[in-house]
Amino acid sequence: MTDQNWSILIPEIFLFIWALFIFGLDLGIKRKNPKILGYSAMAGLTITGILLAIFNGGILFKGMFQSDQLAIFFKVIFIGSAFMAVGSSFDIASEKIRHHRGEYYGLILFSTVGMMFLSSASELITLYIGMELTTIPLYVLAAFYKDDKLSVEAGLKYLIVGAFSSAILLYGLSLLYGLTGTTDIVTMKINLSLVFLSYGKIGPGLILAMIMVIAGIGFKLALVPFHMWAPDVYQGAPTPITAFLSVGSKAAGVVAFARIFVNGLIAFASDVMKPLDWGIIVAILAAAAMILGNITALRQRNIKRMLAYSSIAQIGYVMVGMVAASELGIASVGYYMFIYLFANMGAFTIATIFNDKTGSDGIISYSGLSKTSPIFAAYMSIFLLSLAGIPPLGGFAAKYLVFAAGIQAGYTWLVIVALLTSVVSLYYYANIIKTMYFSAEEPTIKIHPSFPANLVLLISVIGIILFGIFPGPILDWALESAKIFAF
Amino acid sequence: MNQTLFLIPLFPLIGFLLNGLFLGRLNKKLISLIACGSVGLSFIVGLKMFFQLISLPENTRAIEEILFTWIPSGEFVVSFGYLFDPLSAIMVLVVSGVGFLIHVYSVGYMHDDPGYGRYFTYLNLFIFAMLTLVLANNYLLMFVGWEGVGLCSYLLIGFWFEKKSASDAGKKAFIVNRIGDFGFILGLFIIFWNVRSLDYNEVFVRAPEVFALGGGLITAATLLLFLGATGKSAQIPLYVWLPDAMEGPTPVSALIHAATMVTAGVYMIARSNVLFMLAPSTMTVVAIVGIATALLAATIALAQNDIKRVLAYSTISQLGYMFTACGVAAFAAGIFHLMTHAFFKALLFLGSGSVIHALAGQQDMRYMGGLKRHMKTTYVTFFIATLAIAGIPGLSGFFSKDEILWKAFSSNQGSIWIWLVALFTALMTAFYMFRLVFLTFYGQERMDHHTKEHLHESPKMMTVPLSILAVLSIIGGYVGIPHILGGGNQFEKFLEPVMKGVHHGGEEHALASSGHSAGTELTLMFGSVALILVSIYLSYYLYVKNVALVGRLRNSVSGIHKIIYGKFFIDELYNAIIIRPLVGGSLFLWKIVDVVLIDGVLNGLAILIGDVSLGARKMQSGQLRRYATVFLAGVVIIIGYFALR
Repeated sequence: MTDQNWSILIPEIFLFIWALFIFGLDLGIKRKNPKILGYSAMAGLTITGILLAIFNGGILFKGMFQSDQLAIFFKVIFIGSAFMAVGSSFDIASEKIRHHRGEYYGLILFSTVGMMFLSSASELITLYIGMELTTIPLYVLAAFYKDDKLSVEAGLKYLIVGAFSSAILLYGLSLLYGLTGTTDIVTMKINLSLVFLSYGKIGPGLILAMIMVIAGIGFKLALVPFHMWAPDVYQGAPTPITAFLSVGSKAAGVVAFARIFVNGLIAFASDVMKPLDWGIIVAILAAAAMILGNITALRQRNIKRMLAYSSIAQIGYVMVGMVAASELGIASVGYYMFIYLFANMGAFTIATIFNDKTGSDGIISYSGLSKTSPIFAAYMSIFLLSLAGIPPLGGFAAKYLVFAAGIQAGYTWLVIVALLTSVVSLYYYANIIKTMYFSAEEPTIKIHPSFPANLVLLISVIGIILFGIFPGPILDWALESAKIFAF
Repeated sequence: MNQTLFLIPLFPLIGFLLNGLFLGRLNKKLISLIACGSVGLSFIVGLKMFFQLISLPENTRAIEEILFTWIPSGEFVVSFGYLFDPLSAIMVLVVSGVGFLIHVYSVGYMHDDPGYGRYFTYLNLFIFAMLTLVLANNYLLMFVGWEGVGLCSYLLIGFWFEKKSASDAGKKAFIVNRIGDFGFILGLFIIFWNVRSLDYNEVFVRAPEVFALGGGLITAATLLLFLGATGKSAQIPLYVWLPDAMEGPTPVSALIHAATMVTAGVYMIARSNVLFMLAPSTMTVVAIVGIATALLAATIALAQNDIKRVLAYSTISQLGYMFTACGVAAFAAGIFHLMTHAFFKALLFLGSGSVIHALAGQQDMRYMGGLKRHMKTTYVTFFIATLAIAGIPGLSGFFSKDEILWKAFSSNQGSIWIWLVALFTALMTAFYMFRLVFLTFYGQERMDHHTKEHLHESPKMMTVPLSILAVLSIIGGYVGIPHILGGGNQFEKFLEPVMKGVHHGGEEHALASSGHSAGTELTLMFGSVALILVSIYLSYYLYVKNVALVGRLRNSVSGIHKIIYGKFFIDELYNAIIIRPLVGGSLFLWKIVDVVLIDGVLNGLAILIGDVSLGARKMQSGQLRRYATVFLAGVVIIIGYFALR
């Protein structure tokens, strides 16, 4: 572990500097050209992506930071979601937040840097710091509409519950350290099995540690029952931030979960280790998330709240792949997040544009959108159908893979729950499509997104269709990244 | 290896996307340039690959390009790859070559149609799907192309969808084809279940190890594949859609419902020759269905008055010929006839299109006549195609048809009965085709005065493709001159590497083993030609020299005529025994089972879930302390769960 390859840190360093640069730029240009900040944020993210393609593969700081395939896979998702969040912000940036554009874009980039650190962390402290770096800018961003009560409330709720969960997570991590004497995840794995082999058992402290870590990361994932904050925050926060929270921030939680549980605590996944197994508890939480998320989403009248519950349910599906704790499981989780990136960012982007034009988030106000803006209605339908898992869109292949992994690992009951609840989910997704296409009301609203938002939508639609029909390339990559866990 | 194969289907796909995305926003010149150009480019690449292929040594003549893994799902792995071997080479050249000519012809034919852009969009999509079908390196990708051409066929039959008969015909074609497709995919399931792969290479190598010769599984699988073929290639019992498909624009009939798509079934069986050779009973079924279809369709064609319907039944009949060839293990002869048929049948359809164009939409031959004076090029080319299909020596149809007749007679799987029926069908073919020519181009002009004044030869855009196809109809057969006439049957030899299921021993060996002498072959050949000439004279006598006799004859056998004219009432039969009971059953399922039973249960369930949802929504009070409480309660409950376990 002497390989001190500093170059693998270049993407993170670059993005950090670029964020500072955007702060400065905001002062420099004096708000003459409102779009230049957004474009430079998008450019910075693009360059980071290119740098990531050049400088990767290696370890740094004696293995505390590693740029392996899994990290890179998720970094692409983070960068993608930040790129799309920025792209869909142009409309609100010209009006609602015009005095703080620099901070807005800069904080998104800071949060992205945090996620990138988090996904490369192979050690608990780094992981925790990465998570805080991710979340703290998001507290501010959630409350960014300073004059809007809902937004401020969202930020405050997010902060308080976040701090609460952060404490619990830290407590769990410290217990893990206490049990194993190390913060390095791989060493922890070895030490745990050594302890187990020498004494034949491990004390109840490990259960406590696992539950607290699950709760702490469960907050980021909005996993039931740690999800209560999500609908309020999702509704109140600026919509692009909601999108970013629901995709980027969740993906960060997913990768943290994978690193700790599917790598470090893999030995305790199956019920062979009863009563020290985390698999069953995560499976129950996943089932609860799918049931509660989907059923509560049914009666929502606000599209952002509906999407919030939908994303609570979606993380349940992701966790089906996670509890499988296999190569296919992790690969299916990666693939799922990749498609989810397109579908959810796309849906939220439409919601942003629509809200900006009409000031409304009510599902009913989407009536007749197909007549005035047929292209955007079609886009929205594609996003929603992909979230519901309808072939040939990406969401179908994603669900299929996750279910396959679940069945392979013996969680047949969980897959049955997942199948049934996805039937329920089709109702509320299709309900929006019905409102857009078959409503008798005379449509009045026509939406005209800015160029970057159009770009985001186009990328999402192409991604969903292309990778739905040809899942091969992404899946191969995801399988490759899952290999680092050495199952 | 440098990859160029994927370009062949890519060009029409690009053409489809360009014309489809900018539908109606491009001017006609640009649309036709994109549409024709893309297919032309495919043909050029196909030609280049063809020469690359024949430069390879005979046993290694196959170029495979795997683009990427399409579906990796456990054991079920399907690659997205193209295979260019002698068989697909011929198909690619026929599809893109004839396709190109028909595209060019369409520029003239469809010139005034409001759906011009849509037409070429569909046509490009069709070429893309058809090329995917023939280039696929595995059954699943072939199935994608198979479904794709079915879709395009549906779209193009119903192209003039404002006409009810057209949209009905489109639906009929689609639904009948679905029955076949269902069989096809079931066949694929059986193959995959046993061989664990759908790649041609693996399937054909492993099938002889996995399946017992003549065993139940392989017989079932091949019968199901054959069911798929009867749908697409319009054979008994699923042929009923093809005559109705003539509702589409005539170039579509030429391209899709004569030259290319309908031959997909023949291609598929020739491709699967290894499998079919393992199932002798299926082979017998194929031969019998083929020859029965050929006979039935030829009989119906005798009495039709619509020029396109005669050609449609003729197509069904000729397809029956190809299947007969496959059924007697003469796959190469089937493909040979497929190719020559593509030339002359496309020409016949395009010629009839030219006639219809000149007569302002008139398709009934009773109102034609005397056209040879007005439409020189159309007449000459049409006549050449008729000679070819009738099997007059020197033209392409003679070589391929004679090959099939001889194989039906001499092959181990053949029999003298099949040969007799095939010969009889050939006589009828010559008869009805010349009847068509005489009614259309000879005798008195029977159209009304106004139409007669406007008679004109079609524009160059249409006559040039006709002339090229006419040349091909003449020379197309010279690649397969049989040994007996001093040729080397290059065509069969070229296909030999693909026909792994057939044991090759050279022509001499085959002759010796089947115990037929060269003399027999020559006698049969000259005998059949002589009979065909008699048949043509009969047609001439009845429809040109002694027209009054036909009417009298028809009256004397009016019962039989009615049955033949009514196409043996097969459509009515299907309607009575399949469609009506189905509709009745569906009504029951809808009104009783669906509305009362299922909807009742489901609506109840939905209301229940909706109420639960309302309750769950109330949990979300907005109070932060409750959120934190739930959070903590969650942790405590989970710990409690572990403690109590």
